Amino acid sequence: MFGFTIAALLSLAQARPSPAPAPAAAAANRLEVAYEMVRLRNGLTVILHEDRSAPIVTVNAWYHVGSGRERPGRTGFAHLFEHLMFEGSKNVPEGAFDRWLESAGGNNNGSTNNDRTNYFEDAPANALEMPLFLESDRMAYLPQAITQAKLDGQRDVVKNERRQSYENRPYGMAELKLLEAMYPPDHPYSWPTIGSMADLSAAKLEDVTDFFERFYGPGNASLVVAGDFDAREARVLVEKWFDEVPMRAVVDPIAPRPVVLREEKRLILEDKVQLPRLYIQWPTPPYLSPADGALDALSAVLAQGKNSRLYKRLVFELEVAQDVEATQDSGALVSTFGITVTARSGTKLDALRAMVDEEIAKLRERPPTARELERFRNQTEARFYDRLERVGGFNGKADQMNRYFFATGNPDYFEEDLARYRSLSPKDVQAAALRFLGKERVVLSVVPEGRRDLAVPEGAK
Amino acid sequence: MRIRATFVLVLSAALAAPATAAPADRSKPPAIGSPRALKLPPVQKLALTNGLPVILVEMREVPAIEMQLVVKAGAASDPLNRTGLAAMTAEMLDEASGARDALAIADALELVGAELRTSCTWDATTVRLHVPAARFGAALATFSDVAMRPAFRQKDLDRVRREALTDLLQARDEPRRLASFALNRAVFGEGHRYGLPLTGDAASLAALRIGDLRNFHNKQFRPENAAIVVVGATDAATLLPLLEKAFGAWQKGGTPAPQAGDAAQTAGRQVLIVDRPGSAQSAIRIGRVGPSRATPDYHALEVLNTLLGGSFTSRLNDNLRERHGYSYGASSRFDYRRAVGLFVAASDVFTPVTADALREFMSELVRIRTPAKKEEIERARGYLAAGYAQDFETTRQIASKLAEQFAFGLLDDEFTSFVPKVMNVDAKLVQRAAGASIDTGNLAIVIVGDRAKIEKAVSALDLGPVNVLSVDQLMGPPPKIDGPAKPEGD
Repeated sequence: MFGFTIAALLSLAQARPSPAPAPAAAAANRLEVAYEMVRLRNGLTVILHEDRSAPIVTVNAWYHVGSGRERPGRTGFAHLFEHLMFEGSKNVPEGAFDRWLESAGGNNNGSTNNDRTNYFEDAPANALEMPLFLESDRMAYLPQAITQAKLDGQRDVVKNERRQSYENRPYGMAELKLLEAMYPPDHPYSWPTIGSMADLSAAKLEDVTDFFERFYGPGNASLVVAGDFDAREARVLVEKWFDEVPMRAVVDPIAPRPVVLREEKRLILEDKVQLPRLYIQWPTPPYLSPADGALDALSAVLAQGKNSRLYKRLVFELEVAQDVEATQDSGALVSTFGITVTARSGTKLDALRAMVDEEIAKLRERPPTARELERFRNQTEARFYDRLERVGGFNGKADQMNRYFFATGNPDYFEEDLARYRSLSPKDVQAAALRFLGKERVVLSVVPEGRRDLAVPEGAK
Repeated sequence: MRIRATFVLVLSAALAAPATAAPADRSKPPAIGSPRALKLPPVQKLALTNGLPVILVEMREVPAIEMQLVVKAGAASDPLNRTGLAAMTAEMLDEASGARDALAIADALELVGAELRTSCTWDATTVRLHVPAARFGAALATFSDVAMRPAFRQKDLDRVRREALTDLLQARDEPRRLASFALNRAVFGEGHRYGLPLTGDAASLAALRIGDLRNFHNKQFRPENAAIVVVGATDAATLLPLLEKAFGAWQKGGTPAPQAGDAAQTAGRQVLIVDRPGSAQSAIRIGRVGPSRATPDYHALEVLNTLLGGSFTSRLNDNLRERHGYSYGASSRFDYRRAVGLFVAASDVFTPVTADALREFMSELVRIRTPAKKEEIERARGYLAAGYAQDFETTRQIASKLAEQFAFGLLDDEFTSFVPKVMNVDAKLVQRAAGASIDTGNLAIVIVGDRAKIEKAVSALDLGPVNVLSVDQLMGPPPKIDGPAKPEGD
């Protein structure tokens, strides 16, 4: 017997009618996220997605502008602007954006990268109008409320964000050094999104209005509203709050901009760290381009899980490294494939570099095994399910729909995205290694202060 | 790459022309209804024949299952000369079982898209599995091997210990981890388990023996001391036979874990600077002994903390970040445990304003003991109560909440009573809770930063005796780690 059942006493809020149980062949499940898309007269694209499984709503706004649009002398401005978006607008006094939303049980955040800036407000279902009001007010009327004091205040906050994430963090400065080496100075990805301290100091009040007019128009944004509502009622509310946002400039997308390295560049950085760390990076094709998925698979074969080649050899068997990571960091203009290895005490980075190179050489000579690819495909599919559980927040369903819309025009690109991985063959992975992980690359050694002897010897090779 | 030309405008709903809403009134924020009580899907309380409780919630939004085995023994049970024992045991569970080593175990799980994590807190050890529902059976066999039949091999312990020692070495680079070590020691002292690192220190890690791990596992990993929580796309009729097969052989007969005892409250004020020359910021942590999870003040403390440092608009964040620009953020929290807990207020601040920031911290900690404004109380209550449903959205979130409920022995109505209990908290209750739990006369203050640039100004605040430790004095000399193999090519 299997014990006894006490049906719970809790209120019976069963979700939607249950879909049929998953068939044994999980690959037969088709991912589908139903949506309705409209474009308002002012150019704002609105995407509505009903999800009645929990009494939660989210409003997710993407502005199609990131640090890649910044002009010289104003690096970090897109992100600083993101901070100012929370400081109030014409009808929202300073501090009220957060106070009103929190009173309603809501949460919010925003983030900036090279390509885009995103914002979300998650709230209980009965508070949907609160985020719609707040998000529409700053989209329509931000600059009226921005003062020198607000700019100065957020400038200090952002400088502290930079100190916390870069200057005062072990290996924090490596990323900045890598960017300089990877990109020509006029490439939109050549400066860090956080910006330089000098440029943050230089930002002026008039820059805020200029940036707002140029990049923050409704025609350069997309809004996903998702959660526990009736889509038709939600649409009425969206129009109520967003119809009055004035039309402003529409910005053409930046064309992909490949990066070509002509040699291996070797750099050394001394830092306050106990253990040396090796970074190797290659420029690779942009997000969703044909090789992008194969490079994701390659990163998994190299460093995802205990059986991945680099983890198994360097961390598990030889214990010459503490950790290893490989990622295809996909961007709209160009991507970066990176391998990062932290050495154990006593290991020289050139020894790690040689072992990494051997493992890459093997994958260039012979495709990964069918089992390696099967592990990757099944894990990828499981992660796609995970990504459908949460509606709000960073990387919740609404945020992903905006990402897909920005990249493809189709907010429900989940199945197509997963199909990229399902259809990969071992040969595709080998081909990506052959084509993209060549000797033209950036090799950065971060070593404890005074221990340049542990680094991969410097200079172009 | 962005293809603007291809998207299709779906206008079907537009043709059905919904009524237009009233024009937007921006003169005041939209009215919001009162917070709704939390509605949870039914929680089924089942049991296996050996008595192992099974707590099941069916959720079919996504074809996946989250399963957690929670064992009511964590780091608080460690003997003082074997700190890190519970954490190391958790770490070693998936290193080998039967003939399978860590690689074979990982391979079996990865092949079916399963994710298995072992972890340890002060009060519990948890093994978590997340897997597509169609592969649950395949992953379950590995799960029960890991949880019930770990091999605890010497060579794995040696390897994992070297990794843990290396991690301790790396902690010396990280201001936040240094601050956490220093604060725990300052608040609880080295005579209390909570004063020593959860994962152990170099000496205690070196002292751990395979027998210690086997003994801990044998005594604590027992059906009468554990529960299985399952949330996801399954039902009792499908699940129970599978669990019975996987865990039915598990026998009762453990020994209750020793628990951490009471701790003396921090007496007086002491300032400890951990010197980290060249630091761009100072990591400030202010703490004292806090209430246990069982405190009757729990809901009042949650409201109190929300307005002090638990939300973006809280006083600490508003003061240090928004008003003064000293920091990227400031926060506070009550870390509730089964025995006593820890209160901590924290921020990483720009080095030149360290003393100014500390003064603001102290003034907020004094002010929190005076009556809060009605508007602040209402906002904090709304944030907690109306926002509560967001903690119960995913299979992982719900499973973790139910596992916590089991580990702390909380009542069945813990979650459904949360909203009304929070809405019942008023300014008086908050003030009473603050009076009982926050006392600026008795605090430990830790600052990890550049002593040469901050000590003088910090001392001038006259908060109490200022002691300075080097990283070596705090952490001991860097651990010696015997390698297993010579690095290749070195």
